[in-house]
Amino acid sequence: MKILERNWVKQLLLIIFTFTIVQILIGLNIINDYLQVTLATICINIILAVSLNLITGFTGQFSLGHAGFMSIGAYMCAIITLRMPTLTGFLLGVFSGAALAALVGFVVGLPTLRLRGDYLAIATLGMSEIIRIIFLNLKITNGAAGLSGIPQFVNWFWLYLFTTGTVLIIVHFLNSSHGRACISIREDEIAAEAMGINTTKYKVMAFTIGAFCAGIAGALYSSYFYFIKPDLFGFLKSIDVLVIVVLGGMGSISGSILAAVLLALISTFLQSFPEIRMILYSLALVAIMIFRPQGLMGSREISLAIFNKWSSLFASRKGRV
Amino acid sequence: MPILKVSKLTKSFGGLTAVSNLNMTLEQGELVGLIGPNGAGKTTVFNLLTGVYKPTSGTITFYKDGMEKELQGLKPYAICKAGVARTFQNIRLFKDLTVLDNVRIAMHKNVKYGLFPSFLHTPSYQREEKKLLDQSIELLKIMKLENKKDELAKNLPYGEQRHLEIARALATNPSLLLLDEPAAGMNPAETAQLTELIEWIRERFHLTILLIEHDMSLVMKICERIYVLDYGTLIASGTPDEIKSNERVIKAYLGEDVSNA
Repeated sequence: MKILERNWVKQLLLIIFTFTIVQILIGLNIINDYLQVTLATICINIILAVSLNLITGFTGQFSLGHAGFMSIGAYMCAIITLRMPTLTGFLLGVFSGAALAALVGFVVGLPTLRLRGDYLAIATLGMSEIIRIIFLNLKITNGAAGLSGIPQFVNWFWLYLFTTGTVLIIVHFLNSSHGRACISIREDEIAAEAMGINTTKYKVMAFTIGAFCAGIAGALYSSYFYFIKPDLFGFLKSIDVLVIVVLGGMGSISGSILAAVLLALISTFLQSFPEIRMILYSLALVAIMIFRPQGLMGSREISLAIFNKWSSLFASRKGRV
Repeated sequence: MPILKVSKLTKSFGGLTAVSNLNMTLEQGELVGLIGPNGAGKTTVFNLLTGVYKPTSGTITFYKDGMEKELQGLKPYAICKAGVARTFQNIRLFKDLTVLDNVRIAMHKNVKYGLFPSFLHTPSYQREEKKLLDQSIELLKIMKLENKKDELAKNLPYGEQRHLEIARALATNPSLLLLDEPAAGMNPAETAQLTELIEWIRERFHLTILLIEHDMSLVMKICERIYVLDYGTLIASGTPDEIKSNERVIKAYLGEDVSNA
């Protein structure tokens, strides 16, 4: 138990440490307004990629509908904060957006998760298009023009809080018996079912949790960029997230985080070459896939063990995970 | 006292009747063999018993703790929860997971904590996970796989993969165990070892075992009773000696030279 407590403390210290460093850098304007946009993109992409990894990389259900869930969170948060421009309104918007996305995920997941592989991908793609078309035609969402002037509540604190929160919850989930049940579905669905795992239940569970987190990411997006329109959440957005997941490694949380950071940095760096930006970006993707076809991390994880190794250089007592 | 009663079980795939009108009864604690030539429908029977296929007609009744339960039409996981576990003819381990995780996943149905404890790793999560780990290690010790607990299942040698399949089935805490060709691909020495293991786990876990096997040395040695299938129909049942001398079985399956069997 003592070891566990120590790891818990270490984790928390690391989280606070990272937060403070970035906060100081923002204060000193080393991370300027321009880089702060990159930072927000990174955080939102981490939430999206980690939650999609739960569905696709760990549970093995190929989903192309993540942008749909994201848009639900985004619109819900926007609509609520436009009418209730307070911090309470923002938090209400985030959680009701996430809850609605989870509900849609649950309702859509029940019938579609019977499908496998490509069929599921097409079904989830269709679902996210339906959501987009609905937002395009509703009055409350202001159709194709979208919603603008959404009160901006999201700053580094909220971004960081929600990102670490969702990542930790998903990591914890995967390290539980329920999470292992999800992973067993990816490994061998028939064997999992024969070992007493209600595979439908766990597929829907992973899908719902993933949708919930995508809803949070959407809400953060709308509140940070204060403008949303249905086109932002099209098919390409789902592909963007999928690219991060595949690039980081299917079944690796740290891989998803690494890839989200790396891609955002590459993208930001390439802003200086606007004409050939997308070509270079695509070339970088191709190069990574050629040299690391299993993704940057494969299915491995960076764990606290590494930090323990570092800390053992300073302290005489050696820690273990 | 019976543990499983199969009556008039039939399964057809389109025009092909894979199993027709099968009647079978397993008594508590028995070790029963199910044999037949290739394509006789043995694995189909297993798939019917474990819910992978839905029977076209017929009933499967499972008796446990004085309760009766109809298994036909239930999902595989529900049948597993009722107390029927199986292994697979073509090994179906969770290949990219560790030996320990393979066993732990099979114990999932006993886990008592809900979703929120798993998000937050609350004390109830810690307690239950500890219990789960202890039980898994204990089972792996019994199956002599404890020192391999952190290896990936796919990296185990073939024989140990078969053992792990049995360990994983035992982890679901079954009262009826279905073994689908456990000795397939094993050499005579390994088969002999497996024979001992099967008899031993039957005693240790108070199991009833139904076994599909092509290796006649194993079947004739350990099975108390044998059912013989041919083209989906039951052609004989009885003790190994009765089966050895049964005309229809010899004709359908064992060939003319029965003395070597």
